[in-house]
Amino acid sequence: MNNGAPVIRIQGLRKTYRVGKVDVPALRGVDLDVPKGQFLSIVGPSGSGKSTLFHIIGGLTPPTSGDVQVGDLDLSKMSDGERTAMRKRTVGFVFQKFNLLPNLTARDNIAVARHIAGLPRETDAGFQQMLEALGIAGRLDHKPSELSGGEQQRVAIARAIVNHPAILLADEPTGNLDSENSKAVLEILRDINDRTGQTILMITHNPEAASYGHAVVTMRDGRIVSHVTA
Amino acid sequence: MIGKLVFENLKHRPMRSLLSILLIGVPVTLILCLVGLSKGMIADSQQRARGSGADIMVRGSNAKAMLTQSSATLPPQFIEFFEKQPHVALAMGIVSHAIELPLFVNGVDLDRLDKMSGGMQYLSGGPFQGPDDVIIDRFYAEQRKKKVGDSIELIGRPWRVAGIVEGGKLAHVIVPIKTLQEIDAAGGKFSQILIKVDDPKNTQTVIGELKQKMGPDYPIFSMEEMTSQIQASVNSQGLSAFIAVIIGIGVVIGFAVVCLSMYMSVLQRTREIGILKSLGGSKGFIIGIILAEALMLGVGGTALGILMSFGAREIIQKVQPASFQVEIAIGWWPRVLAISLVAAALGSLYPGLTAASHDPIEALAYE
Repeated sequence: MNNGAPVIRIQGLRKTYRVGKVDVPALRGVDLDVPKGQFLSIVGPSGSGKSTLFHIIGGLTPPTSGDVQVGDLDLSKMSDGERTAMRKRTVGFVFQKFNLLPNLTARDNIAVARHIAGLPRETDAGFQQMLEALGIAGRLDHKPSELSGGEQQRVAIARAIVNHPAILLADEPTGNLDSENSKAVLEILRDINDRTGQTILMITHNPEAASYGHAVVTMRDGRIVSHVTA
Repeated sequence: MIGKLVFENLKHRPMRSLLSILLIGVPVTLILCLVGLSKGMIADSQQRARGSGADIMVRGSNAKAMLTQSSATLPPQFIEFFEKQPHVALAMGIVSHAIELPLFVNGVDLDRLDKMSGGMQYLSGGPFQGPDDVIIDRFYAEQRKKKVGDSIELIGRPWRVAGIVEGGKLAHVIVPIKTLQEIDAAGGKFSQILIKVDDPKNTQTVIGELKQKMGPDYPIFSMEEMTSQIQASVNSQGLSAFIAVIIGIGVVIGFAVVCLSMYMSVLQRTREIGILKSLGGSKGFIIGIILAEALMLGVGGTALGILMSFGAREIIQKVQPASFQVEIAIGWWPRVLAISLVAAALGSLYPGLTAASHDPIEALAYE
């Protein structure tokens, strides 16, 4: 793990959603630094603010107040369009429900991410090796409906890292997988982190999954209540 | 990549795509049929006018416009008068009587028509044998399903089909002129007189001399003038406006179909839109996909509409080959494509903006 300057720096982050006429605080002042190359697990009960933190770091929603820096980018000052542009190359998402485009093959799902980022369809040799390591090199011409859950999630991981993002955000990546596939996906994430120094933030409910990270942050009621480094 | 994404989306929901294409194709077919019908009927009129072999037409004094069918007002003495004029080889009077729209039956002196046109080409039967005989062309024979010897009802009375001829000579239906003059109580007068000159180069000379001698009461013009005026006359009778209305209806239908179809599609694919947004797809990118999909439907609808126009022509020509002639209006293909694309683009606007404005988090959570 590279323990240099933080790739994510969060200070006094607050997020309040308006539900009808009621303000619902989701984050109540979060401070967090994530060093480059760290594999950080975020755990906590439902409603603790994990997903909101994930969405703000990923640029899917703006913070209500506080500072959020990802790399050189200050997300708290970004417009909607700037956050959209940021997602092209700075962040890669892996979701619980895989979220592959159902009409496209695995290869095209990966190519869409390249296309949106304005990059050529062809990938480098390193990524080809990664596809081999993910065990999906021979499954790229299949559509998601023809792939197992584990294979779909591995395609989603490949799509998330194809543009070499600064951070990989994984939201319950094993939530829809059996234990065997869950283990495989977690090992893949750790392998990617080990081999490429990819910074990874992973939300999980599963303590065993959380233990794959270098550090575990626990959230409750919109705050970080513990930050334990392994 | 966008092309592939759009194509796969359309392929993934074949029934929606095919229905949209069909509904866009229907107004395209309507427009092409209407234009093809006007072109076909004009071409048919022009061909029959030229096929008569005449160079000049003289209309009755009450004929206000070149193409209106005048009642019989030209006296029979005009034939002799015209034939005495320099360069006039032959003159022939005819009487026109409207039958089922848009057809006329023409009363003719068959010997003179043969001389003027170079002779009728009989496919079966032959010239008139009696006053109640009728000669019809193969199109009208097909339309009325008649053969030589059959009785045919025209102008409220029965006629015997004496001959069936190849089309393109003066009229689809001809009868002995004396019979038609009696029916119309024309007293030997004619609706029009056709004149053949000794050399087509002398046509304008003869027209000039006749106009000088007959004054302004009798419209006199060359057959070339008449055929070129048929198009203008058809347009002046509001066909262009009618086509414009059909185009307007086509755009509205295309707009509504694409709008509904794409809006349904956007609702069904909310999560996919969320995925694209999470990957960094901008509002412009999302609108671009919806627009491209709509335009592809427009192209498909146009292609299907063109194909269906061939089918419609076959049907019309099978059912009413004499009354309605339909040309394939190839020159209009780019225009109907443009019309469909405009309608599709307009129709994709609202669904596109709806999709682009989806919140990515809500879209990703959509079930």
